Order: sequence, then C-alpha cells, then structure tokens
Amino acid sequence: MMKRRTLLAGAALAVALSTNPVLADGHEPLKVGFIYVGPVGDFGWSYEHDQGRQALEAHFGDKVETTYLESIPEGPDAERAIRQLAQSGHDLIFTTSFGYMNPTMKVAQQFPDVKFEHATGYQRAENVSTYSGRFYEGRTVLGHIAGKMTESNIVGYIGSFPIPEVVRGINAAYLAAAKVNPDVEFKIVWANTWFDPAKEGDAAKQLIDQGADVILQHTDSPAAMTIAEENGIYAFGQASDMMQFGPNSRLSSIIDNWAPYYIERVQAVMDGTWESTDTWAGIGEGMTKIGEFKNMPEDLAAEAGALRDAIGAGEIHPFTGPINKQDGSPWLAEGETADDATLLGMNFYVEGITGDLPN
Amino acid sequence: MLTLEPRRRSSTLLQALTPVLAVLATMVAGGILFAALGKNPVEAIRIIFVDPFFDPFSRSELLVKAAPLALIAIGLSFGFRAGIWNIGAEGQFIIGALCAGATALAFWGTEGTWLLPLMALAGMIGGFLWGMIPALLKIRFGANEILVSLMLVYVAELLLSALVSGPLRDPDGFNFPESRRFHDSATLPIILQNTRAHIGILVALALGPLAYAILHKHVFGYHVKLLGTAPRAAAFAGVNTKLMIAACLGLSGALAGLAGTFEAAGPVGQLVPSLPVGYGFTAIIVAFLGRLDPLGILAASLVMALTYIGGETAQFTLQIPAAAISVFQGMLLFFLLGFEVLTRFRIRRVTRATS
Repeated sequence: MMKRRTLLAGAALAVALSTNPVLADGHEPLKVGFIYVGPVGDFGWSYEHDQGRQALEAHFGDKVETTYLESIPEGPDAERAIRQLAQSGHDLIFTTSFGYMNPTMKVAQQFPDVKFEHATGYQRAENVSTYSGRFYEGRTVLGHIAGKMTESNIVGYIGSFPIPEVVRGINAAYLAAAKVNPDVEFKIVWANTWFDPAKEGDAAKQLIDQGADVILQHTDSPAAMTIAEENGIYAFGQASDMMQFGPNSRLSSIIDNWAPYYIERVQAVMDGTWESTDTWAGIGEGMTKIGEFKNMPEDLAAEAGALRDAIGAGEIHPFTGPINKQDGSPWLAEGETADDATLLGMNFYVEGITGDLPN
Repeated sequence: MLTLEPRRRSSTLLQALTPVLAVLATMVAGGILFAALGKNPVEAIRIIFVDPFFDPFSRSELLVKAAPLALIAIGLSFGFRAGIWNIGAEGQFIIGALCAGATALAFWGTEGTWLLPLMALAGMIGGFLWGMIPALLKIRFGANEILVSLMLVYVAELLLSALVSGPLRDPDGFNFPESRRFHDSATLPIILQNTRAHIGILVALALGPLAYAILHKHVFGYHVKLLGTAPRAAAFAGVNTKLMIAACLGLSGALAGLAGTFEAAGPVGQLVPSLPVGYGFTAIIVAFLGRLDPLGILAASLVMALTYIGGETAQFTLQIPAAAISVFQGMLLFFLLGFEVLTRFRIRRVTRATS
C-alpha cells in the first residue's frame, strides 16, 4: 500500500513537473513480453527462447523488464494471452510459435503502439515483424553425420507437423545423408505435437523397432535423446544442445541462438529505430548454431565442421541441383539453388524419401 | 481401520453447499501450494478469483471461455442424470466446428445474414450425428458409450487435422495446415465492442433457463431423472430406454456441435488443428460442479473460466508456473468429488473384532 502511495505521489509530481522535458525518475524500463508454446523447462524450443529473454535482462539490466507466459496453447487462448501482455503496458512482445500468427496479427491491429515479433510466421504488419532461423542449414550438417554414422542404413526422423518448416528439414537432412551414403533410408514418424515427451518417446521407440540406429527430431523435448541413450543408438539435440540427456548417444545438435536478435530488436525499440522486418538467419549470422561434435570419429567431426563453415560462409547451399521431387519430376537443375519462396512453402519430399507426406 | 458407510439421509443443504465448499477448499489448498512456491498466497488467490471481475477485458474473456463450457455441460447433464455417459463431447465439438466451418468456406465471400444460422444448423447436425455413433452402437450392440464416444474424439481430431491439411486448406497459406479466415458474414457478431464477447454467449445464457424448464417441468426431463434413479421403474412406466439413449447422446452432441460452431466462427475465426482446447472434457467437470442442474452449470462455467483467466494473469504477474495452475484446477475436481462422497457416506472407524 505504502508503495502504491509513493508511486501515486511520484506520478503526481511527474505531472506537475511535466513542463520540464526531463522526467524526475529518468527512463521507464522497456517492458518486453514473451509467449512460449511449451514450458520454459522443455530443454528445447521454449527453453532457448527463455535463454534469449534472460540474455536481455543480463545485457540491459534495469533498462528492461521482461515477462513471460509459458505453455500457452496455439489456438483461441493465445489471443487473450498476447492481449494481456499488450494491455499491461508491454512495449515489445515476442510470440514464439507458428500457431500464434493470426492471434498476433489480431492483437497487433488493436494495439498499434505496441511492437510485435512473431517467430516462424509469414504475416507482417506495420508493428509486426517476423523472424526465424534457417534451421535447414543445420539439418544438412546433421544429415551428413547421420548418413556416415548409420550402420543399419536406416535413419529415423520424428516430425512434429507436416508444415513447410519441418518438411524442409527432412529434405535437407535426407539430401545430405544420401550424398554420403546412397543406401540410406529415412523412416519418418509424425508425432503431431511440438512438445509431448511421452509421444516423442514412443515415436523414438517405434523408429528403433523399425531398425533405425540414428534419430533426428523436430520436436521440442529431449525424450527421444533419452530413449536413444537407453538403447545405445545415436541422436541429435534439437533447438537446444541436450548434451546432458545423451552423453554417449548425442552426436551434435542444432542450437537456436535467439539472444543476439532479441538484444538487437530491444535496442532498436530503445533507439526509436524499430521497423517491421522479415529476418531469416542461419549459420552465417549465428542464429542457427551447431553443437559440439561428439561420439564420432575425428575425421567425420572435421568434415562436419568444414561443411558447417562452408554453409555459414555461403559457399554451399543445402538445396543445390540437380534435385528431383519425390515423384521423379525435376525441381532444381544442375547447379541451381532453391529460392526462399519455394523453401518457405515446401510441401513435397525430394526424390529418394519413401512414404507419403500427410496431406 | 476406516470405512465408508452410506448415510441414511444425506442433507440437501449439505449437497447444495458441496460445490461452494469445494471451491473454498481449493482456495486454501491452492494457497498452500502457491506459498510453497514462494508466492504470496493471498495475492495469488485474489488475482485468480477476484481481479478478473474488475478488469473489463477479463470480464468479457470470462464469458468467452464460459459460454462453450456451459453449452456443452448443459447438454451433458441430461445424459449424466439418465446414466448415459457421453465422454466424447470434445469430438462432437470438433465435428460441429468442422461442419460449420466447411459451410462457411463453401460460401466463402458470399454475404448474407442467412449464413450464420446455416452454419449453426450444420454444426448442430454434425455434433448430433457424431453423438449418434455411440448411441446406435449402444442400442444395437450394447457397446459401451463411454469408450466409443471417447475414442471418437481422436478420430475427430485427426479428421480435422486431415481436412485442414487437405481440402479445406487455405490456398494462399504457404501449405500451412489451416483454412482461410472466415469472411464477415460467417463470423459471429460481437456484443461488447473491442472484446471477443460474441452472440453465442447470449445463446448459452438463454439455454440455461430453457434447459431448466425442460428438466424440471417437461415430461422428457422427468423421464431422464426417472431413468437415472430407478431404471426398472422407468421401464415399468413405459420409458423407451433406447429412445432415451439416442435422445441424450443426440442432444449433448448437438449442443457440443453448436459450441464448436461458435468457437470456430467466434474467437478463432477459421479452422485450425489447434481449435479444440479441451472444452469437451472440462465441461464434464463443469457439469458436476453445477450439480447437473442447468442454472448451476451456468454459475459453474463461470467459476471454471475464472480459474483459467485468473490463472493466466497469475502466471504473468506473479510468475506462477503454468503447471501449478493446472494442479490448482485439478484440486477443484478432487475436492468436489471428495465432498460429494462425504455428503453421501460417513467415515467410520472399524475396530476389528478379535475372536
């Protein structure tokens, strides 16, 4: 109560002094809000976004105040959660899952003074930016390692939803694996969830039963890694390093590194230079990182490192022709590289992947 | 040793008070939980149960959240009273949304006030037919309606997923699994400006008294109650059990379908795989929290909505983890069932007789 009174008194004072351009209390901290689809303890996607949030606090100190809402389902509830952040005075709001796209657009329309950043979507507005990582670049490195490491020639892949983002990852990993191991076969299981350790674990077991000895995943929890460790096969960290969950089975990982982007965007709001942008950054920019190479021969680690650096430097494009679509029809001619529009809407497998894309 | 012994007479006052006691006990136990997490328990309970009433937007959101719960729970209450257990309202909700949504998309861009009623009709028929599957299987083969209706939820979820990834997919949506946004004629009118409070809330509100009248004044309500309390007497009195099974599952299916229609045409405004958020399951708790009485259900749906809206606020003002809020909601059902047992049974200490 005391605190509120002093606050009120302070506000009255500020109003009284408003002829003076310098506010008595200096700058208000910039309020930055985050919406996560999973719990911050998922050790994957949401965890890494929260690492980015913590980096903001560490970097800006008391110049920022951050808030987060975790485990917000994509759907009708998301709009309310985003709106609550907007209404409670947040200046910049990061909505960190694809399914928040339409709710973000709706709330952004009602709060033109609040700035929004939506991860992995494609709709933008005056006060809505989008950002995402070129995770498929990382998939190429992982696919290369998987192709070399598999002895059964069966690589398991846990998909979340058959959206372009995920399909692109499967294609990138397969192309890289098939390049170093023409006999490799991908078995794909759709978990139909981003985060559900039980379902993800079941998917991993199912893949092991089908003979997979290396598993890639596009879901958020380390459940599959734990199963891989128990069964003595290999797996990769997804979104986060996940080293602690598979000391003997983790080969490498794709790490989402949001901190630099978040710091840059908050700085832009502080400087008044924030604009609606579309960011799609990969290994070169540092938004997609490749975790340390472990549990593999040294020459393979060196090869994978070189591949990572070449992609980062722009010397290798993961989708370079000749590449045919699954049905055998030509997609990219010799030496041709895929354009971003095709990659963003990718809804087909490349030649060599068996099974149908759920459609 | 302790044993439960049926009470000869259970006090009606106590029975009426059960939900209130359950809510109070949840507040106390929840407060302890929040205190254990290092949060101020009084503040947390205030934020969850009181604050939403004082913020205009939260108030409107309470209604948005309560309306589908009330619609579904009222439908379920008839069957539950008759001993017909429709656990699959979630599936009927999804099929309702799907049928209404498909109607909206079929007439995409066509203006007209007739479209929304048509969508509502399609949604109700969809929910009704989905409810008829367990009904007919039970009538014809004696299949357990609990299992059949529950399993059909997963079928409905996958059907929604398949259709928005295929035929109902937005042609300009980069192949993402979602439909086009519904146009204005297929979107529910808003009753409070700058909120999401839609006309479906009024429908839910009107349905309460109507269902109350049917339950307590109409012969259908009498048959429902008779079938639940004394099935043999009901058969003797000429109640057609098979017809009642179909009527109860059909009614709850149609209302769940209507709720799905409102959800798709209201807050969501399109068909997406994430459209169902468990209203069909939560409504089961709401039905019992409201003591299977339509007016009680209206109140119970608000209490349930309160734990969601207030829970979210508590999450970001006090940084209470989302999982703690779920535990809190679970406590409500636990205490409700616990007190329910205690109003019907008494605990007695049994000393084992030594021979």
